[in-house]
Amino acid sequence: MNPILLTPLDLLIAASLVLIDALVSIWLGLRLHKQLVVAAIRCTVQLLLVGYLLRFVFRVDTPLLTLGLILIMILIAGREVAARPEKKLARYGNQIAGLSAVALATFVTATFALATALRPHPWFSARYAIPLAGIMLGNALNAASLSLDALLSGVLRERAAIEAQLALGVRFRDATKPLIRTAVRRGILPVINVMSAAGIVTLPGIMTGQILAGLSPIEAVKYQILLMFLLAGANGIAAVSAAYFAMARLTDQRERLRVDFLS
Amino acid sequence: MQAINLTGAAGGPFNFSLAPGAAMAITGPSGAGKSVLLRMIADLDPHEGKVLLNGTDRASQPAPLWRQRVGYLAAEPGWWHDQASAHFTNRTLAEALMPTLALNPNLLDQPVHRLSTGERMRLALIRTLLNNPAVLLLDEPTGALDPHATLLVETLLADRLRQGSSLILVTHDMAQSARLGATRWHLEAGMLSAQDDIAINGDPQ
Repeated sequence: MNPILLTPLDLLIAASLVLIDALVSIWLGLRLHKQLVVAAIRCTVQLLLVGYLLRFVFRVDTPLLTLGLILIMILIAGREVAARPEKKLARYGNQIAGLSAVALATFVTATFALATALRPHPWFSARYAIPLAGIMLGNALNAASLSLDALLSGVLRERAAIEAQLALGVRFRDATKPLIRTAVRRGILPVINVMSAAGIVTLPGIMTGQILAGLSPIEAVKYQILLMFLLAGANGIAAVSAAYFAMARLTDQRERLRVDFLS
Repeated sequence: MQAINLTGAAGGPFNFSLAPGAAMAITGPSGAGKSVLLRMIADLDPHEGKVLLNGTDRASQPAPLWRQRVGYLAAEPGWWHDQASAHFTNRTLAEALMPTLALNPNLLDQPVHRLSTGERMRLALIRTLLNNPAVLLLDEPTGALDPHATLLVETLLADRLRQGSSLILVTHDMAQSARLGATRWHLEAGMLSAQDDIAINGDPQ
């Protein structure tokens, strides 16, 4: 079965639904119509640009360009993770923790998938590597930012508890373990929800897209299952590494809790 | 214990030494840095300077080991488990000390948030004492206690002093430092000064 190709006219007709939203906004005085139209235009332009960019990268298909593009995506995701928490670590701690977490999660899971389940030829083929890295990144970003935020907001709240243990001679890594646990838990919970609800509450977007594009439901489902497991891995790695990297930035050689490194 | 040129957020440089069995009581206005000074000695806050214990430099040993030997107790000690008993590695030893501070050992089975401020303070003191630290750094250990419990804490501390522990105490209670035989010090504007002359002159008795 061949995919049904969309024409610009098809998209224009679909855009009328956005216009309905805009009319509702005017009618109810929501003052959202301008933002709505701008967002719809941004969405269109950004996705088209990405489409052309990907077509170009897939055609060229050199490992260097593929890697470069993935690195840029990682940099942007890392910045997002760093910006999310209310609290900031000194000396670019948020950026370093966020970047390391998403980079590690993405590289480990994407390479793992390319080396085991997918095995495209060549294994670094841009058509597989880039979308895979992209979806891993999106999830790693989510998990890392939740974990980082939980850790940084928890550390001031738990300060007395942590320092009471330090004062008794407990090692920093043991005194902060409960907080690490809370942060990692926060980062991992969403993927558990997504996996539990998959197919019942929600039809995952990728699977829906593949079915619409003509793939058999069973094949689409198999891909979705593979992706879910990869995402679980990416979420775990991102949540754990964000928490540990950030916690390492909250202490010094004398195993103190340095809340002064947090602002 | 000897402090050499301790300098940090509390001011300084502070230089003092404290023999085994001796006690220092530090007074001073709120915010003068009394707690920070104790935290500097315990190596919980960043600072400059050296502290020696029995001639051994603090810097030559791991910080957790130092903090076991130089036990700091905050004015509002933290708790990290729900159940009081979970904060004690050796429940039997804790239960043995509790009656000397008028605490019923059953309190260990309570959640920490059910305990009164005074009960929590005394339990935290026991927690610190169970490490058998050579130096005790106590930040207003009787601030939340009634006169009876205060005397019991002082009796326990006097025992420790007799056994050779040293004590640095932040207190507002002049009579308390006298009862513990502590030398009086005043911390203000980053300066620590001996207060014994003023204490004698100002003593109403």
